[in-house]
Amino acid sequence: MVEKAIKRIYTALLFIFLYAPIGILIIYSFNESKSRGSWGGFTLKWYSELFKDEKIMTSLYYTIAIAIISSIVATIIGTLAAIGIHKMKPISKQIIMNINYLPVLNPDIVTGVALMTLFMFMNLELGFLSMLLAHITFNIPYVVLAVLPKLRQLNKYLSEAAMDLGATPFYAFRKVVLPEIMPGVISGALIAFTLSIDDFVISFFTAGSGVSNLSITIFSMARRGIKPTINALSTIMFLSVLILLLLINKKSLKEAKKK
Amino acid sequence: MKKRTWISYPYVLWMIIFTLIPILLVLFLSLTDGRLYKLGEIQFTLDNFKRFLQPIYLDVFKRSLTLAGLSTIICLLLGYPMAMILSRMEPRKRNIVSLLFVLPMWMNFLLRTYAWMTLLGRNGVINRFLQTIGLPTLNLMYNDGAVLLGMIYNFIPFMILPIYSVLIKLDESLIEASYDLGASKFKTFMRIIFPLSLPGVISGITMVFMPAVSTFVISNLLGGGKYSLIGNLIEQQFLKVDDWSFGSAISIIMMIIILIFMAFTAKYDKDKEGGGGLW
Repeated sequence: MVEKAIKRIYTALLFIFLYAPIGILIIYSFNESKSRGSWGGFTLKWYSELFKDEKIMTSLYYTIAIAIISSIVATIIGTLAAIGIHKMKPISKQIIMNINYLPVLNPDIVTGVALMTLFMFMNLELGFLSMLLAHITFNIPYVVLAVLPKLRQLNKYLSEAAMDLGATPFYAFRKVVLPEIMPGVISGALIAFTLSIDDFVISFFTAGSGVSNLSITIFSMARRGIKPTINALSTIMFLSVLILLLLINKKSLKEAKKK
Repeated sequence: MKKRTWISYPYVLWMIIFTLIPILLVLFLSLTDGRLYKLGEIQFTLDNFKRFLQPIYLDVFKRSLTLAGLSTIICLLLGYPMAMILSRMEPRKRNIVSLLFVLPMWMNFLLRTYAWMTLLGRNGVINRFLQTIGLPTLNLMYNDGAVLLGMIYNFIPFMILPIYSVLIKLDESLIEASYDLGASKFKTFMRIIFPLSLPGVISGITMVFMPAVSTFVISNLLGGGKYSLIGNLIEQQFLKVDDWSFGSAISIIMMIIILIFMAFTAKYDKDKEGGGGLW
C-alpha cells in the first residue's frame, strides 16, 4: 500500500513540474493587469485583442503556411526517396542513409548556421523562401526514416504479381505499394508537420529579419516581457491539442474494444 | 523487375545542395581568416581553432558539458522511476498518462521556457509565495541553476518515453523467473530489468544530452550572461560579432564531439537495423 502511495505521489509531483508553467500561462491569459507580477482581475480582453494583433497573426500565418508546405513537399520527396533507397545496392544505401542521418544528429544550431552560410553564398535573401527550404531539409530525413520500415515489411513479390496481372508499374505502385506503406507516409508527414511547427533555432538563423514565425516573435518578445495576447494564443493552442488527443484516444479505445 | 532507384535522385540532389554543401562551407569558413571579400585573397589558417583553446572559451565549453551532463543524469534519475511506474500501469491508464507526457511537447517550447521566467523571476510566483508566508525572497533567475532547471524541464519527456517503450516490451516471464530463483527485488532490477532496458536508457541519454549541450535559447532566457554556453557562443559569433569564421570553427568542433558521442552510444543501440546509423 505504501509503495502504491509513493508511486502516486511521485507521478503527481512530476506532472505538477511539467504542467506548472502551462498552468501559469493559462491563468495569466485571463489577467486584467498587463504585468506578469500582479493579478488585476478576470478578463477576456486578451482573447479579443489577439485577433487584432497583426504581428502575432502574421507570424501564426507564416508558422502554419511553412509547416503545411514543408511537410507536404518533404513527404513527397521523402517517400519517393525511401522507395528508391530501399531498392539500392547495400553500399549506396549505406552512404545515403549516413548522409540522411546528418540533419537528425547534427545539433539544430549547426544545421541553422550551415544553411544560413549556404544562403549567403547563394546570395539568396533570408526570408520566407530560405526558411521554407530549411524546413523541408530537416523534415525529409524523418519522412525517409518513417517510410523505410514499412517498405521492409512489404512483400517484394506483391508489385511483381500486380504487374504480371497486367498492371503498369505506376498503376501497381498506386494500387498496391502505396496503400501498404501509407501508415508510414502518414506518420512521416505528421512528424514533419510537428517538427516544423515547433522549430525555433533553424528558423531563427534562416529567416533573417525578413519574416517571423511564432517562435521568433516569442523569442524577440521574451526579454522585454511577453504580451498577454501570446498567453491567450497558447491557451487556445493547448486546449485544441488536448481536445484532439482526447478524441483520438477515445476513438482508438473504441476500436480496441471492438477487437 | 527494374530497380527504379532513380526516383530517389531528387532527394540525393537535395541532400547534396542543402546538407553536404552547407557543412563543407562551414568547414571552409572555419579554415579561413574571415576576409572573404575577394576570392583570390583567401588566406587559410588554423587560428580559429587555436583561438578556441583560450581559457575564456574553454570555460564556456566546460560549463556546457557540465550542465548538459548534469541535466542528463538528473533526467535519468527522475525519469527512470517514472518510466517504471508508467510501464506497470494497466494498458488503458498508461496510454492516457503517456499522452500527458507528450502533450507539453506540442506547446511551443519557447513559451514554456518563458513561463518559467514568470515563476522564477524576482517578482515571480514563487517569490511572491515566499513573501506571503514571511520568508526572504530568493535569487532564482539568471544563474546556472535556472538553466539546469530549464533543461530538465524541456528534455525529461525525451528520457521517459524511450525507456518506457523498452520497458513495456520486456518479457514478464524473465522477471518472474528471477523471483522464482530467489532473487530479491533489488537484485532482479540490477541483473535483469536494468540491463534489458539499456537500449532505451542509451537513446534517452542521447536525446537529452545532445539538445542540452547545444541549446542557446534556454541559457539566453533563463541564464542571463553573454557567453554562457557553447550554443550562445556560436549564436553571438554569427549574429552579433559577425565573425563567421570563428563561429564556424566552434560549430565544427561541436559537430565532431556529437558525432564521437554518437559513435560510442551506437554500439549499445541494438534496435537499429542494418543500413541505419552513422556507424
